[in-house]
Amino acid sequence: MAYTEEELKKELENKEYEYGFYTDIESDTFPVGLNEEIVIAISKKKEEPAWMTEWRLEAFKAWKQMEEPDWANITYKKPDFQAISYYSAPNSKPKYDSLDEVDPELLDTFKKLGISLDEQKKLAGVAVDIVMDSVSVATTFKKTLAEKGIIFCSISEAIKEHPELVRKYIGTVVPQKDNFYAALNSAVFSDGSFCYIPKGVRCPMELSTYFRINQAGTGQFERTLVIADEGSYVSYLEGCTAPSRDENQLHAAVVELIALDDAEIKYSTVQNWFPGDKEGKGGVFNFVTKRGICHKNSKISWTQVETGSAVTWKYPSCILKGDNSIGEFYSIAVTNNYQQADTGTKMVHIGKNTRSTIISKGISAGKSQNSYRGLVQVNSRAENARNFSQCDSLLMGNECGAHTFPYIEAKNKSAQIEHEATTSKIGEDQIFYCNQRGIDTEKAIALIVNGFSKEVLNKLPMEFAVEAQKLLEISLEGSVG
Amino acid sequence: MLKISNLHAGIENNEILKGINLEVKAGEVHAIMGPNGSGKSTLASVIAGKEEYEVTEGSVVLDGEDLEDAAPEERAHKGIFLSFQYPVEIPGVSVTNFMKTAINEGRKARGLEDMPAKDMLKLIREKAELLEIDRKFLSRSLNEGFSGGEKKRNEIFQMAMLEPKLAILDETDSGLDIDALRIVANGVNKLKSKDNAVIVITHYQRLLDYIVPDFVHVLHQGKIVKSGTKELAHELEDKGYDWIKQETAI
Repeated sequence: MAYTEEELKKELENKEYEYGFYTDIESDTFPVGLNEEIVIAISKKKEEPAWMTEWRLEAFKAWKQMEEPDWANITYKKPDFQAISYYSAPNSKPKYDSLDEVDPELLDTFKKLGISLDEQKKLAGVAVDIVMDSVSVATTFKKTLAEKGIIFCSISEAIKEHPELVRKYIGTVVPQKDNFYAALNSAVFSDGSFCYIPKGVRCPMELSTYFRINQAGTGQFERTLVIADEGSYVSYLEGCTAPSRDENQLHAAVVELIALDDAEIKYSTVQNWFPGDKEGKGGVFNFVTKRGICHKNSKISWTQVETGSAVTWKYPSCILKGDNSIGEFYSIAVTNNYQQADTGTKMVHIGKNTRSTIISKGISAGKSQNSYRGLVQVNSRAENARNFSQCDSLLMGNECGAHTFPYIEAKNKSAQIEHEATTSKIGEDQIFYCNQRGIDTEKAIALIVNGFSKEVLNKLPMEFAVEAQKLLEISLEGSVG
Repeated sequence: MLKISNLHAGIENNEILKGINLEVKAGEVHAIMGPNGSGKSTLASVIAGKEEYEVTEGSVVLDGEDLEDAAPEERAHKGIFLSFQYPVEIPGVSVTNFMKTAINEGRKARGLEDMPAKDMLKLIREKAELLEIDRKFLSRSLNEGFSGGEKKRNEIFQMAMLEPKLAILDETDSGLDIDALRIVANGVNKLKSKDNAVIVITHYQRLLDYIVPDFVHVLHQGKIVKSGTKELAHELEDKGYDWIKQETAI
């Protein structure tokens, strides 16, 4: 059928969550609630050294004094932090030598997600470290990486095997007390990924991690730490899907990137967590703190495609500390039904000749609210800092919202800051034009949305771009036709 | 090929077409002329199946098939093409990508596989040459920042790519300078065959010097009030529309 706005709206509501299934795996779950004993128990469970336990306790003390922030353009029922269980691990042997030892049901879940390890192993150049309910259950391609001196493992393993690296860098970019969710994460993080690229090494493959939330009522608190030593390069991919659930799931991750002199880190995310049903019930709360620090002549590039979660609160940022360093942020955020996203970036220019680029594409449909919030800060000693920001919003229907909150603070007169913003609507005329050329409405929307997002999609690594494009279509498509 | 009988159509209870009868046979070129607001563009949109127009009476039949329930994309698949008076912009979607999608959707509807990339490129090259289109133009975003003339030329390029059975050119001449007009008209003439048909909607005789119609119809207040051969177009050019208005008022 041809398109009318009424129809479009109706169709959008019918969007089903594609990856809504739940794997029934026995889990080793802690009782609900949070106190010092729980923090200590998590640390103990993970066989952590005393300094780590101390670090967690400091974070917990700070968190108790803090209040959940409410400045974002989102409304939701605040989670009861005492009603959450803070640790859950798939109840199977912690290490596997081969896939045969992995719980078949788990493997089945991976297959549904289209990321069976078998396939992944064959896929050229992708090593996968899968986080399933907090504990890494499989790591591949480790050997190839080890030959180059690259460390790619779970953070728990890194704490045990490479304590000197973790201790030196953890919390240096996102301190324990940085914000409410970061403090909570620091106290209770269950697992996550760790990556270290040695001096002058170019990581030969895209490092990829798939996260999943799988246990009812378990918050997920991943901690990711990526260190690119002098002159090294790494491209890191993070993709997420989650099973459909009836209650809100809290997710508060922390990602820290450290790019030492002349290093480059490309960090790409495709996020597809359960957004809630068409009435806005359920769905993941995603409160993430992602930040990177750039030393001299280094570069950090964040690329994200956000299609999931009921509530998203996320600002991947760059501290451009070193002279001539570069920060980039490319983002596509899609919201549908009752989803709410408040996302953007912070570019903090400290060094001389630092440059940053922000390209943000927001797509809103249904009754959703999509906000861009960004800060460009040029400190007094940052001579010749430059920033270019572009924020485009695309609206579908009459009941959604797009908001832009750009903040600019320039304390150095030599700074050059540009900001461009546009808002457009998918028009009936555009759809009719496509229809007239034989393109049905669903395909037409996919075409228009992909065109709108092209600048950002182009920044993703090839294999991820295809997946992201598919996700965009899934998110808006079930929508029509 | 196309048979329109007693067609009444309008928008939001405002009747614009008030009983149109028109028959177009394969191999023919029909011109529809008429003053502003006479319903010319509405007729084009209704044939193409734009949903905001409601057909209250009568029928549009293509090759013996009533189009009443056919969605716009289905009509396109059956061979109806509309060259838009105001082509819309689709940022980020290149002309090439748009055409690739359109052609493959059409093939899908006919149960065919996607056109192999090699053939697609060849087709694009061939048709671009026909319309004297620079290949750089094809990688630009669809209609974004195009001049009036470029937009119209791009419409005819799409027509050439899709090879429709029935092409409706809605004021394709507006916004064209004389050179562009010649190129566009030549393109249309080269695409014409005994198996397809063209309906040219225009205000002016000018385009009809290049695309010579077999029949000319004058549309006024939602009705075809006069039909004739190409001489009628010359007459209109000389006398304007007032005499038609007077004639029909009687």
